[in-house]
Amino acid sequence: MATWTWFHRLASPPHVYGFARRWAPWFGGFAAASMLIALYGGLVLAPEDYQQKDAFRMVYVHAPSAWLSLMIYTTMAVAAAVGLIWRMKVAHAAAAACAPIGAWFTVAALGTGMLWGKPMWGAYWVWDPRLTSELVLLFLYLGYMGLRAAIEDPGKADKASAVLAVVGVINVPIIKYSVTWWNSLHQTATVMQMGKPKMNGDMLWPLLLMFLAFALYFATVLLIRLRAELLRRERNASWVREVLT
Amino acid sequence: MKTSPVSAACLVALRDLRLAFRKPSQLIQPLMFFMIVATLFPLTLTPEMSRLRDAAPGVLWVGALLSSLLALEFLFRDDAIDGTLEQFALSGQSLTWMLFAKTCTHWLLSGLPLALSAPIAAAALGVPGEAMWSVVAALALGSFAMSLIGAISAGLTLGARRGGVLMSLLTLPLAVPILVFGADATNRAITGGEIAPPMYLLGAIAVLGVTLAPLAAAAAVRIGLE
Repeated sequence: MATWTWFHRLASPPHVYGFARRWAPWFGGFAAASMLIALYGGLVLAPEDYQQKDAFRMVYVHAPSAWLSLMIYTTMAVAAAVGLIWRMKVAHAAAAACAPIGAWFTVAALGTGMLWGKPMWGAYWVWDPRLTSELVLLFLYLGYMGLRAAIEDPGKADKASAVLAVVGVINVPIIKYSVTWWNSLHQTATVMQMGKPKMNGDMLWPLLLMFLAFALYFATVLLIRLRAELLRRERNASWVREVLT
Repeated sequence: MKTSPVSAACLVALRDLRLAFRKPSQLIQPLMFFMIVATLFPLTLTPEMSRLRDAAPGVLWVGALLSSLLALEFLFRDDAIDGTLEQFALSGQSLTWMLFAKTCTHWLLSGLPLALSAPIAAAALGVPGEAMWSVVAALALGSFAMSLIGAISAGLTLGARRGGVLMSLLTLPLAVPILVFGADATNRAITGGEIAPPMYLLGAIAVLGVTLAPLAAAAAVRIGLE
C-alpha cells in the first residue's frame, strides 16, 4: 500500500501545488547550469563537422526541440489518459499545462530546422515527410488547445480534449519513424541507435546534455504553469486562500 | 427480451437511411460542393489537360476531404439537438455499436455517392478511362476511413460553440495519412503503376478506424451529452 501513497497524493491539488512551488527553482537552476555547459561544449569545444562546417551546431537547439516536441505530446497524452481513467483533476490540469509548451517547442524545432535547411538544402522549407509530420504535430497541438478553449464547461473541456490527445498519439510514431520509412532529405537518426552512435563523442556529449537541459527546462515551465492552472481551477477552494494569505 | 447490439445497430442504420431519404437536399449538397471544387481548378490552374492530369489526384482528394468535412456536420448535430443521441445513450444498448451504425450509414449516404460520382470530375480533369475503377475504389475506401475519424471529432465538438471550423481543425491532422496514401493510389492509377501498396495501407487505416474510432466516438459523445 505504501508504494501507492505517492500516486494518491498526486491527486491532491494542494500537495501538487506545494511540490511544484518547492521544486520549480531547483529544476530551473539545473536547467540553466546544464544549458550553459552544453552551449559552451557545443559551440566552443566541439570540433567542426567535416561536411557542414560550423552550421552543424544548429543541432544543439534543433534536435532537443524536436525530441521535446514529441516527448511533451506523449507526456500530455499520458496525463490525459490518467485523467480520463482515474478521473484525476490534477492530471487534466497537467495536460492543459503541457499543450502550449509543446506547441512552442514544435515551433522552435520547425524554426531552427528552417534556418538550418537554408544553408544545407538551399531552401527554408521542403515538403519532406519529417517536416510535414512535425507541422501536423503543431496542428494537433493547436487543435487540442482550440477544442479546450471552445468548450465552456471546464470538466467537459478536460475530458473532450483528453480523448483528442489520446487519439492523436497515433501520430507520434509516424513522426518518429517518418525518416526511416520514407526516403527523406532529412538525415536519419544519428544518436539514438542500437550499439554505438554514429556521432563523435566530442560532438555527442553537449547534445545529450542539451537534451537534459531542455527536459529540465520543460519540467520547470510545466511546474510553473501547473501552479497557475491549479490556482485558476481551485480558486474557490479553501486551501488556495490559506496558501495565498 | 433485450435486443442484441447488432440488431439495435441495424435499427439505427435503417432509421438514419429513412430520415435521409426524406431530406434528399442534405445528401446532394456535399456532392455538389465536390463537383464545384473540382471545377474551380481548371479555371484557376490551367485548362491544359496534361497539366490538369498531374494535379488530378490532389484535386480529387482535397475535394473529397473538404466535402466529407461538410457532410460531417450532419452526422450527429441534428440528433444531438433534438435529444435523440441522449436517448441512445440512455437506452442501455451499446452506444459504440449504434454510433458505428450511424457512421456507416453516413458513409453510405455521403462517401459512397462521392466515390461513385468521382469519375465525372476525374474525367473532366483528364484522368484516363482505365484508371476510373481504381479512382472509385481508393476514394470509397479512403472516405470510409475519413468518416470513421470524422465521427470522433464530430463527437468531440458536440459541446463546443461554433463547432464546424473546430471540427475541421481536429479532423485534418488525423486525416493526413489517408490523404497521402489515397492521392498516391490515384496517382499510380493515372500513371499506370501498381496501386496495391497504397490501397493496402488505406485498408489498414480503415480497419484500425473500424476497431478504435467507434469506441473513441462513443466516449466523445458521452462527454458531450453530460
